Amino acid sequence: MKNQWPLWEVFIRSQHGLAHRHVGSLHAPDATMALNNARDVYTRRNEGVSIWVVKSTDITASHPDDKAELFDPANSKVYRHPTFFPMPEEVKGL
Amino acid sequence: MSTARYEYLLRFGDNALILSQRLGEWCGKGPALEEDMALTNVALDLLGQARLLLSLAAEAAGNGADEDSLAYHRDDRAFRNVLLVEQPNGNYADTLARQFLFDAWSSLALRRLLSSSDAAIAAIAEKAVKEVSYHLRRSSDLMVRLGDGTERSRAMLQTAIDKVWPYSHELFIGDAVDAEMTAAGIGFDPASVHDEWLAYVREVFAEATLKLPAAGGWMPKGGKQGLHSEHLSKLLAEMQVLQRSHPGASW
Repeated sequence: MKNQWPLWEVFIRSQHGLAHRHVGSLHAPDATMALNNARDVYTRRNEGVSIWVVKSTDITASHPDDKAELFDPANSKVYRHPTFFPMPEEVKGL
Repeated sequence: MSTARYEYLLRFGDNALILSQRLGEWCGKGPALEEDMALTNVALDLLGQARLLLSLAAEAAGNGADEDSLAYHRDDRAFRNVLLVEQPNGNYADTLARQFLFDAWSSLALRRLLSSSDAAIAAIAEKAVKEVSYHLRRSSDLMVRLGDGTERSRAMLQTAIDKVWPYSHELFIGDAVDAEMTAAGIGFDPASVHDEWLAYVREVFAEATLKLPAAGGWMPKGGKQGLHSEHLSKLLAEMQVLQRSHPGASW
């Protein structure tokens, strides 16, 4: 039975104002049960305020072989980093 | 008055404790990892409720008892849980049917206790009702999935329901303790939640294409008064063996 259940990726938002983060995956027959299962498997220790589940097959991933052309050009371009702006202490969650 | 309150707390505490122990037996043996964790989460929620209720009962007893001595050093005749929760796990359908009937009752019972004149009991109910609402949502969902699932899953679930159904009646039968607690505004009349319970169960069964067992028939009872089936002593033997062999042992 387990072999027929599709795989789902689980995203949890830990608090308001933050983005959902990928926390892992699980098996479930449909979206409703995937949500229930995600609640039971990934939010047992008060981790979240919101859950997203996405079928793993619906995610399009970049190919590892394309790494060089996709990411290497961004190396050593320090002027793209906003490091010259001091951030106020009060701004949290960045 | 204080004796009745003690008895009353034991009933709710023991229901949670014994069902928690039963569900814990599934740990590591669930039909899927996700189900296994979900079921043990429910078990842990119930254990938390049992601890609060038995601590309060121990306080009411005022004889030096605590939650642990109540859990580990009472014999089966001193337990006040309903017969429903001590029934063996059977297969997954049996466990689910038992859980659904209990959750549907528990969520109504706890809602009644929210307005208890006893502040400590109302506070426990407030914490527990959120947990049980989720348990009920989960067990109702599984009832519909398996009832309205394959021919085999419906047949298994229907057999499980027919087997466990007689034990649901005890939940709604009051006695002198219930009457005293109701009169004091602490508790509620068990019979008064029956119609709402049945209406909910009927609704879920209809969606799950399951047949409601006929009214009447065999109605085993006595758990609330300490008269249990042999299943409870076996459960207690396993649950209590460590504390009985090594009293006071701790981590």
